[in-house]
Amino acid sequence: MLYGTVTSDGTGVQGVKITATNDSGFSGEATTDAKGAWEIKTPKSGTYTVTLDEATLPDGVALTAESGNTRTVNALLGKVRIQFPTGEGTGGGASKAEQAVQLTVDGLLLGLILALAALGVSLIYGTTGLTNFAHGELVTLGALSTYFYSAVLHLPLVISAVLALISCGILGALQDKVLWKQLRRRGTGLIAMLVVSIGLGIFIRYLFLFFFGGATQQFPEFSGQEGLELGPLAITPKAIIGAIAAIIAILASIYWLLKTRMGKASRAVADNPALASASGIDVERVINVVWILGATLAALSGILVGLTSGVSWNMGQQILLLIFAAVTVGGLGTAFGALLGSIIVGLLIQLSTLVIPPELKSVGALFILIIILLVRPQGLLGRRERIG
Amino acid sequence: MDWNTIISQTITQAVGVLAVIYCLAAVGLNVHFGYTGLLNFGQSGFLAVAAYGLAVTVANIGLSFWAGIVVGIIAAILLALLLGVPTLRLRADYLAIVTIAAAEIIRLIVRSVTFREWFGGSDGITRFADSFYALNPFSGPLALGPLKFSQNDLWVVTVGWSLVALTSLLVWSLMRSPWGRVLRGIREDEDAVRSLGKNVYAYKMQSLILGGVIGALGGFVSAIAFQSVQPDTFSTDFTFFAYTILILGGAARIFGPIVGTMIFWALLVFIGEFLSEAVSAGVITFITSTQVGQIRFMLVGLGLMMLMIFRPQGIFGDRKELALDAR
Repeated sequence: MLYGTVTSDGTGVQGVKITATNDSGFSGEATTDAKGAWEIKTPKSGTYTVTLDEATLPDGVALTAESGNTRTVNALLGKVRIQFPTGEGTGGGASKAEQAVQLTVDGLLLGLILALAALGVSLIYGTTGLTNFAHGELVTLGALSTYFYSAVLHLPLVISAVLALISCGILGALQDKVLWKQLRRRGTGLIAMLVVSIGLGIFIRYLFLFFFGGATQQFPEFSGQEGLELGPLAITPKAIIGAIAAIIAILASIYWLLKTRMGKASRAVADNPALASASGIDVERVINVVWILGATLAALSGILVGLTSGVSWNMGQQILLLIFAAVTVGGLGTAFGALLGSIIVGLLIQLSTLVIPPELKSVGALFILIIILLVRPQGLLGRRERIG
Repeated sequence: MDWNTIISQTITQAVGVLAVIYCLAAVGLNVHFGYTGLLNFGQSGFLAVAAYGLAVTVANIGLSFWAGIVVGIIAAILLALLLGVPTLRLRADYLAIVTIAAAEIIRLIVRSVTFREWFGGSDGITRFADSFYALNPFSGPLALGPLKFSQNDLWVVTVGWSLVALTSLLVWSLMRSPWGRVLRGIREDEDAVRSLGKNVYAYKMQSLILGGVIGALGGFVSAIAFQSVQPDTFSTDFTFFAYTILILGGAARIFGPIVGTMIFWALLVFIGEFLSEAVSAGVITFITSTQVGQIRFMLVGLGLMMLMIFRPQGIFGDRKELALDAR
């Protein structure tokens, strides 16, 4: 499949005609939608020539001179994204200081979203040793099931979100019972389980694509919400509500970890499973509860991503590496490290756009991950003995 | 239902250009994962730096094709050093996370608009391997029963499988040597090897470089075969597919990657072609032709899971040799 987005000054350009042809006579055509997105389904891998019809561009929008309107691409496997850059837009007039305030707020919001998912990764890693590469799919599942309840069953968004959290929690428990518990019982190694999680991730991701399709969708409610102007800040009410929900969920998880019997037991299991088991803790039950919590938090994270930037089949995969970066920066297997790491990574990603182009902001975050491993491999809050 | 096309496509692609690329990547991974136990999830990064090294040198700097090959190999060695220094002293999953992050960094940088002048953004770079095709000794296309190659593909595939044979021979002889035994020792029990006075860190680094350079050859084949390099060819899914191939054939076995590649591609292409034909002939009506591709990927994921759970040694492997859980 070939796809792309035609934008001008950051907004989509509608009604642009794009055609794709190949040597064996295939010809496909697409017109960009309201967001400027287009896709052409290709029957098989091979070389395609993609052309943008410049006559269909609206007045005042033109392709940049050096890039031209024709592309030759190899569709090897899956999807190929094609860009047609349009003329340079003029940037906003905000000062660096105002931008920094705005980016700090954006960074904290991103940090909260990452923290929800990272907490689950960290708890699961701490109690079972599994580096779960399929955690991104739990994030996607949260958003997709909310979309299902609200757009297909036409329930109000808040009720849909609650239902999604409940169903994701159940599915998390089920995933642990059906798959991971059995593997632990068989004595499957940690590396082998890691590879299993990769396979599971690929499977679920394409299952989502199969049923949901490749396009990015918005929740029916709150999709085009107006931003509130608070001094130099622009923030949407849905982002504020999302942030409050995230903070409540994180505080509840901290309370659970520190004050409840089950939370304490989970920390004991993370510390030493054999000793925990010997002192009468039902280790399997603790792990199952951790999976429920991890899946629910990941689902909430997915709903928040969906609120701000839409729902797509691979949204979880796109933030998985950032989640891992957050967990590693904070210290693998430590819950508070995951929180700290997430806030740091979130802030870093947004604030780095002050000096580097926004398209490279994830590069900065991943680069910091490598630097942290060089100077403090156990992460900020990790313990030395875990890394050897 | 056109069975001739299905069978011809299946057989041709099982030994075709893509199979060669994945096979070289898997041979390199076999050195990393199979023999040394290193979890390199950034193999696509090695292919990317090699392919882009070649393309940039020839198309943008204007040096010769062979200078491009040298640049590509040096780039792969540098990448191995860059990845190895921070992570090889740490536990296996750290290497996994850092290598996957590094491969993503490379992909994001080469596809960025900022470096468009150098790497061509998401379009990549095209037309730089003419001097390779000038050496083509074949004068026409091949049509041997169901096996069909164009003149250029035939040349690429011949060179590609020769590279597979040479690298496999190299890996085979190295793994029989004392050096190879140390690597396998590291895979089984790092501390035991260290207590024998071996510098484990240096051995792991050498293994990372060797496997990376073999992967880089795959990058060259991909760049040459399509006369084009594109960032999204080198996604993380590429690495995961190479792992599936390696585990299917059997890790820590010389023929593992080769057999794994042929079976993987034969199955993938057969299922894809069969379902496409069935859909277009109206035999299967509940899926569309785009969904056929998605079913193939689902099967890959499911296959990787099932293999790892029920037969981690693959077709050829020896379960006793591969103690995956040494760390």
